[in-house]
Amino acid sequence: MEIKVLTNIHKANDDIADRSRALLDSNGVFCLNVMASPGAGKTTLLLAMIRRLREKFRLGVIEGDVSSTVDSEKIAKEGIPVLQINTGGGCHLDANQLSGAYPEMPLADLDLLFIENVGNLICTAGYQLGEHKRIVIASVPEGDDKPYKYPNMFTVVDAIVVSKTDLIPYMNYSLEEFTRAVRAINPSVPIFPVSATTEEGMEAWCDWLEKESAR
Amino acid sequence: MHELSVTQSLLDLALEQAALHDAQKITRMDVVVGRLQGLVEDSVRFYFEILADETPAQGAEVRIEMLPAMASCRECDSQFELEEMNWVCPNCGARTLEIISGRELYLKSIEVD
Repeated sequence: MEIKVLTNIHKANDDIADRSRALLDSNGVFCLNVMASPGAGKTTLLLAMIRRLREKFRLGVIEGDVSSTVDSEKIAKEGIPVLQINTGGGCHLDANQLSGAYPEMPLADLDLLFIENVGNLICTAGYQLGEHKRIVIASVPEGDDKPYKYPNMFTVVDAIVVSKTDLIPYMNYSLEEFTRAVRAINPSVPIFPVSATTEEGMEAWCDWLEKESAR
Repeated sequence: MHELSVTQSLLDLALEQAALHDAQKITRMDVVVGRLQGLVEDSVRFYFEILADETPAQGAEVRIEMLPAMASCRECDSQFELEEMNWVCPNCGARTLEIISGRELYLKSIEVD
């Protein structure tokens, strides 16, 4: 006997994510899923965002890593609530891991919650976590051709942050070429070039985030 | 890279459906995968053998239907298959494409006893 199923393999994941989003909504928390390759500057960008946004918003961070607490220790030094998830080899965070993590955070006392996903441009794109918006950080040293190589990632995100722009003079990198590559597959996604070191572009990026979180 | 968790989800979904229909054994699973998922067929089969061991799906045939990555051109509306790294419309040369398929990842059906 044949049974028609026609169900997305990620349905179980997405159902859990929907429940988590409802939990966040009921606490008035806006959640951002930050994805990028290893070394793109996820933690550094988060630290720069924390310094800029902490006066105005109550912030929290969930750190996803294969192992170690290196990143969460950096965040904890800023004195904001942080929770570390170690995937123990897993290449991405999934909704089930997050559904256990959200209740561990002081949700009633948070406005913005950032999730730093595992460094990976492939698997992370397939898993909803209960977030409201998803972004990818593409750093300058990774090259301006990344959108062609990881089309799935660059089409599922709500915004793209180009990090380490202070390195452009020293690299064979064209922001114009990167933008053209993104536009080829995603004509409308906003792109924010930033340098966490010089703070250039941070204001425009944080303004976008603030507007989105208010919706 | 994420074949292990995809295969686990696939197996969970199939076992759930089999239980719903009071089936004792799953003999075949038909899976549809878009090219853009970057899923490696051999890895899925490898993990399936391990994960399905001692479940009603043990020994089931896993059929994977690969769907091409298709795009349409926003300038001239022509549709074509996306070749790797070639994000240019073969008809008019524009670099403004819309992905119309290739992201599929679902369990189409199962055959049970």
